[in-house]
Amino acid sequence: MIWLHSIPLICILLTLLTAAVSLPGRGRWGEGLCLLTAGAVTVLSAALLVDLWRTGESFTFAMGHFPAPWGNELRAGVFEALMAAAFSAVALCSLLAGRERIRQDIAPARLGVYYAQCSLLLCSLLALIYTNDMFTAYVFIEINTLTACAIVVAKDTPETVLATIRYLFMSLLGSGLFLIGVILLYAITGHLLMPNILAAMSQLAASGEYALPTGMIILLLSLGLAVKSALFPFHTWLPSAHGSATTASSAILSGIVLKGYVVLLLKIFYRVFGLEFVHRLRTPDLLFVLGLAGMLMGSVLAIRERDIKRMLAYSSVAQIGYIFMGIGLSTLTGTVAACFHILTHAVTKPLLFCAADGLMEASGRQRDIFAMKGAGRRNLLAGVAFAVGALSMVGIPLFSGFVSKLYFALGSLGDPDKMLPALLMLVLSAVLNAMYYLPVLVTIYMGDPVDGALRLERAKNKGGYILAVGALIGLNFVLGIRYPAVIAAIERGLATL
Amino acid sequence: MGENLLRNYLEAGAVVIFSVGFSTLLLQSNLIKKIIGFNIMDTAVFLFLAAKGYIAGRRAPILTGPGGDPAQYINPIPSALVLTGIVISVSVTAFALALALRLYERYGSLDLNEILLSREGEKT
Repeated sequence: MIWLHSIPLICILLTLLTAAVSLPGRGRWGEGLCLLTAGAVTVLSAALLVDLWRTGESFTFAMGHFPAPWGNELRAGVFEALMAAAFSAVALCSLLAGRERIRQDIAPARLGVYYAQCSLLLCSLLALIYTNDMFTAYVFIEINTLTACAIVVAKDTPETVLATIRYLFMSLLGSGLFLIGVILLYAITGHLLMPNILAAMSQLAASGEYALPTGMIILLLSLGLAVKSALFPFHTWLPSAHGSATTASSAILSGIVLKGYVVLLLKIFYRVFGLEFVHRLRTPDLLFVLGLAGMLMGSVLAIRERDIKRMLAYSSVAQIGYIFMGIGLSTLTGTVAACFHILTHAVTKPLLFCAADGLMEASGRQRDIFAMKGAGRRNLLAGVAFAVGALSMVGIPLFSGFVSKLYFALGSLGDPDKMLPALLMLVLSAVLNAMYYLPVLVTIYMGDPVDGALRLERAKNKGGYILAVGALIGLNFVLGIRYPAVIAAIERGLATL
Repeated sequence: MGENLLRNYLEAGAVVIFSVGFSTLLLQSNLIKKIIGFNIMDTAVFLFLAAKGYIAGRRAPILTGPGGDPAQYINPIPSALVLTGIVISVSVTAFALALALRLYERYGSLDLNEILLSREGEKT
C-alpha cells in the first residue's frame, strides 16, 4: 500500500511536533502526549514492518519529490522498520515504567521540557535509522547528542551536571570526527546521498584511486560513531552519565541511544562503502579487537562496582563490545548476531534499570548493592524482573541473551583467524557476567535487611510500572523463544540493505 | 609535497587551526577554555568545507534575476552545509555555556580538575 511509504516521514514529523507542543506545557500534558506519540510511532512502525516483511521490498522516499542527486531521501526496508519498531517500543516502556520517578526527580516546572527532549530524542533516533543522506545523519547525530545530554542533566544534582559535561565533550569529539569524515567523503565523491556515494565508491574500489583517503574516511566515521556508542576505550563518559540520570533516562540511553549509532554504522558499511570494500580496508578488524577488549574490561569494571546503576552501566560497555565484536567478525552470521544483540540488549537493559529502581525504592533509596538485602522479596515484580534481565545477560537458554551468544559463536566459525579469540572471549565474558549478576540475585533474595524497619515493608507498584515491566519481560521471552522469526527478519533486512 | 601544501593553503591552514582547537579542548581543564577550543575546532572544519566549494575567480551563488550561467558561480552546496554547521555549533555552545553556569553554581569553580579533586577528597 502506497500510504505506508509515508510512515517514516509521519513518525519523524509526529515526534517533532510532539516536542514542540509539549515544550510550553507543565507536567501531565507533556507526559501524556509523549507516551501517546511513542505508542503511535510503535504501532505505525510495526505496521510498516509487517507490510515490508510480506512484500519483501524496500523503498526510498524522496522528500518534497526532488529527484535523486539534489533532494533529500528517507529509505526503509525490513531492517530499518524492525529497528524503528523496537526502539520506539522500548522508549515507550522506559518512560511508562520511570514515570513516577521522573515526577520525583525533576522539578514540576521542567517536566514539559523533559518530555519534549524525550520526543526529540526519539525523533533523532528514527531519523538516524531512516535517513539516506550523510549530512542529514550528521545533523540528527548532533540533535541526538544534545537531547541525550539534556535528559541526563534534567535531574539537577551536582553529580549529573558533572557527568553531562563529560558526556557532552566526548560526544562532541565523536560527532566532530564524523563530520570531517562526511566532508572528506563529499570532497572525493561529490555526493551526500548514500546510493550516489556507493556508485562512486565502487568505481574507486575498482580503479584503486584515493585508497589512503577512503581508508581514513571509513576510520573517521567508524571511530566517531564508536565514541558515541561507548566502545572501549571511549567508554569513560558512560558510567557516570548512565549511572546518575533518572531511571527512564538511564534506560533509554543504555537501551536505545547507544544502538542508534551502531545501526547507522551498519547502514554506512552496507550502503555507502559496500561490504566488500569495507572488508578490504580492514576496519572491521579494528572494531573486532576493540569489541573483544570492551567485553572483557566492561565486565571487569562492573565486578568492582558496588553502586547498582553504575554496575549496569559498565555492563552496557561489555554488551556494546559484543555488538562491535559481531560486526568485526565480517561474516553474515556475525552481523546478524550483532543485530539480534542490539534488540536483546534494547529490551534487557531498560528492564534491569527499571527493576533496579524498584529494588532501590524498597531499600530506602540506597544505590549500594549490599543495602538491598531481601529487596527482591519486598518488591516481588522488581525482583522477578531483575532475575529475568540478569539471567538473559548471563546467557541462560529460553532468555534472549542465550540466542545472541549462540549466533555470535556460530558467526565466529566463518573466520578461522578470529574464531579462537572470539569463542574464548565469549566463554570468559559469560563467566564474568555471571560473577557480577548472580551475587546481586542472591543478595536481593537471600539476605535479611540490615535495617529492621524494612523487613515488614511490601512495595506497591503503580499500574504503569507493572504494565511496562511486564511488557519488557514478555519481549525478552519472545526474543528468546520465537527467535527464528526475528533472525529471519534480520537476515532479510540485511540482504535488502 | 611543499608545493601541494602551498597550493591548498586554505585546507592546510584549516588543519593547523583544527589542531589548535582540538588540543585546547583536550588539554585545558577550564571549562570556558574547553568551549572556546571546541569553537576553534568547528571553525576550522567550516573553513575546510568552504574551501572545498570555492572555485577561484567565480562569484557567490546568489541569483539576482532569472537565468544566469552556472559556470559563473562557486559550488553552493558546501556553503549551505557550513550554514547548517554554524547553526549546530551555536546551539551546542549555548548548551555547553548553560551547563558551565550550572556547574559554577554547584561547585563554585569552572576548573574540572579542581572539582574532581574536591569530590575525591569528599569520598575519602
